[in-house]
Amino acid sequence: MNDMTRVEMEPALRFDAPPSTSLFAHARHIVSENPVTGVAFGLFGLILFAALFGPSLVPYDPLASDTNAALQGPSRAHWFGTDQLGRDIFSRVIVATRLDFTIAVASVALVFLLGGLAGVTAGFFGGWVDKVVGRIADTIMAFPLFVLAMGIVAALGNSVTNIVIATAIINFPLYARVARAEANVRREAGFVRAARLSGNSDWRLLLTQIVPNIMPIMVVQMSLTMGYAILNAAGLSFIGLGVRPPTPEWGIMVAEGASFIVSGEWWIAFFPGLALMTAVFCFNLLGDGVRDLVDPQRRT
Amino acid sequence: MSAPALLEISDLTVEFATRRGAVQAVKAIDISVGKGETVAIVGESGSGKSVTSYAVVRILDRAGRVAEGAISFSGIDLVAASEAQMRDIRGREISMIFQNPRAALNPIRKVGRQIEDVLLQHVQATRSTARQKAIEALDKVRIARPEERYDAYPFELSGGMCQRVVIALALACQPQLLIADEPTTGLDVTTQKAVMDLIVELTRERGMSTILITHDLGLAAAYCDRVVVMEKGRVVETAEAGAIFRAPQHPYTRKLMQATPRIGMRLRDLLPEAPAPLASAAAAPRAPASAEEPPLMQVTDLVKAYPRPASGSVMARLLGRQEADQPPFRAVDGISFSVARGETLGLVGESGCGKSTTSMMITRLIDPSAGSIVFDGVDIGAIPARRFAASPLRRRIQMVFQDPTDSLNPRFTAERAIADPILQMNPPTSRDALRARCEELATLVGLPVELLDRFPHQLSGGQKARVGIARAIALNPDLVILDEPTAALDVSVQAVVLNLLQELKERLGMSYLFVSHDLNVVRLLCDRVIVMRSGAIVEQGTAEAVLGDPQAAYTRELLTAIPHPPA
Repeated sequence: MNDMTRVEMEPALRFDAPPSTSLFAHARHIVSENPVTGVAFGLFGLILFAALFGPSLVPYDPLASDTNAALQGPSRAHWFGTDQLGRDIFSRVIVATRLDFTIAVASVALVFLLGGLAGVTAGFFGGWVDKVVGRIADTIMAFPLFVLAMGIVAALGNSVTNIVIATAIINFPLYARVARAEANVRREAGFVRAARLSGNSDWRLLLTQIVPNIMPIMVVQMSLTMGYAILNAAGLSFIGLGVRPPTPEWGIMVAEGASFIVSGEWWIAFFPGLALMTAVFCFNLLGDGVRDLVDPQRRT
Repeated sequence: MSAPALLEISDLTVEFATRRGAVQAVKAIDISVGKGETVAIVGESGSGKSVTSYAVVRILDRAGRVAEGAISFSGIDLVAASEAQMRDIRGREISMIFQNPRAALNPIRKVGRQIEDVLLQHVQATRSTARQKAIEALDKVRIARPEERYDAYPFELSGGMCQRVVIALALACQPQLLIADEPTTGLDVTTQKAVMDLIVELTRERGMSTILITHDLGLAAAYCDRVVVMEKGRVVETAEAGAIFRAPQHPYTRKLMQATPRIGMRLRDLLPEAPAPLASAAAAPRAPASAEEPPLMQVTDLVKAYPRPASGSVMARLLGRQEADQPPFRAVDGISFSVARGETLGLVGESGCGKSTTSMMITRLIDPSAGSIVFDGVDIGAIPARRFAASPLRRRIQMVFQDPTDSLNPRFTAERAIADPILQMNPPTSRDALRARCEELATLVGLPVELLDRFPHQLSGGQKARVGIARAIALNPDLVILDEPTAALDVSVQAVVLNLLQELKERLGMSYLFVSHDLNVVRLLCDRVIVMRSGAIVEQGTAEAVLGDPQAAYTRELLTAIPHPPA
């Protein structure tokens, strides 16, 4: 109890703080401090743009086959070449962005709600809630996660919704555990006690005191799992589960192109693979940048 | 200073690169430390005292750099020395003790091993002699049974013990200069005395020089030859320890001395100039609690017991077997006391004595194991802590927390923090009414109204303390528990906050339960005092009686351990 930390420990830098700057100015500062974050934000903007406007901007119909132009290498007419049915790979890669992005966002949002809520409840209340949530997470972790996802999609049926559900389920332990640990640490924090003295009920404490303070960590977590979710959805499609041909989707396109690599038509699998890699790369980098952006301590 | 100084800092300026350009943390200071001399650097937070010492051993963080000036240590230019040279100097020539001893030790390595590491690193021992030398080092810092302690992990030792191990580490290589950065902050007074006595004795006996960095003038004066006072990066005064107390030259030194609570002072004496007395309230003598009036709170035989941690072998713990005959640990062991209306009751004791547990039970954050807490005729001890939030009595018992930073939600503005209890328990009719009430409270605690829109990290320590106080008094409570409300504050801020608390009490007619380890502060603020040790009350009575003429040996021990500046 005597173990206080002297509050103004590193005071040299602590002058009268200015009022908070605008979000834009803050973002600019973060990017100038770490250019990689700028690259990540740029890529994210590109992905978002492709997902929103891609289908109406692409030069070819992603489903229209043209057997005369089959298996052509990259050219001015077909930037990424064409596949075995003569479909334009560039158009298909761009159009696929929306589907892959939607699956990732939906599954991450779902697991954020379920896993995050289960985790903070477990961490805050402890007791049997903690035990139940902990055991559910352990059970899920006991499976090889991709095989579990395959099993779920196979059992529930081959649809985009079920891919979203499967991806959410396999990410559940990650969210539940991070949220639990963070909530558990803050349960005894001074400001939570102070809020209890102010007459807040347990649920209010959880929602107004704990959840806002673990959001930065959860947002970083979300950004990281976005990449993983895209990879997972593509992986499922690659082995023939989930999205079905001829729908343009990165995983299917890589699967379709894989057999042509041997004969030299590398571009069919390469470009969707590149898109996949770029997206995952972008979301992983984004995590750090987003944390800097949402952390109130960094705003002075 | 006749002999050439061991350490000579001249014209030193340290800069930190920040987002808003370079900030000078230390501005053109000159300090010299002679051989065998003990020098204190005293200052409040932000004075640059720690930064100076970091510059000496060159452990400034990345943003910091020595912009100007020279540091010479027995002829070596430390500013220009290579990193390899510095590694040799650190530990062997100059060593350092930090504030939090537990953080300075590797938690998963036996303490004896950690001492060996240093000895081996600086070739003070060979593999075969290391163990023996480490045990000797432990013995020198008066750790009882050093052979056994060699195998202890830091978590198995108390804070004072850990600091002794850190001292053993620092002295293991017989350095010429020891820099102690707030070595006893966070330790109990009796431990502080033991640790400081040890440092001074060991360094004297080896003819070492010491730099003691502290915020406590009393400590500096009691243990050092010379005192250097720093303010905002500048040295404002350097003098012999005795002289600085007899005749402080600089106004800042005078202000600092005045703000340090000492025997024979009144609360108002702490402030630089006597504030205009508040109407009549300040002058009016405290009304003695009349005998017939029932006390505001009556605590009877209060107990808080915790099950003991599982002991026994790893195997038994893994199998979940526990010795059933272990009695539970009683953090608070049957204490009884009362708080009268309008009274300030001090609850004093060292860490682990159960004072915080007691205050948490009284504020109904945790449930007592036995006993009753009768507040204004209602046994609130019987209401489960979980449900107390909804009780109408909740608003009448509030608390000011020890650490003003930790007790404010980093995502709430000052206004939102102050408004929280009002929103929960006395919802205002409109947004404007709420804002008006918050502004009124802010004015009451002396917080500039324009700061209400700021987040905690944009406020200074003293301002955060005011927000915490405003929140506690927002609903006009009858009893406020003050849990070391000034422990994390500088003395000059502490002086202001203590006076504010006293003034608020007189104006609003509240009762205080003041929990503290600082007897000098308790003396100033409290009417009655309870001294606790190991969960039980050792002594209680009026402040003058307990602190002026203590009956219990333990109280006397506490009182003598406080460092007093030479009279």
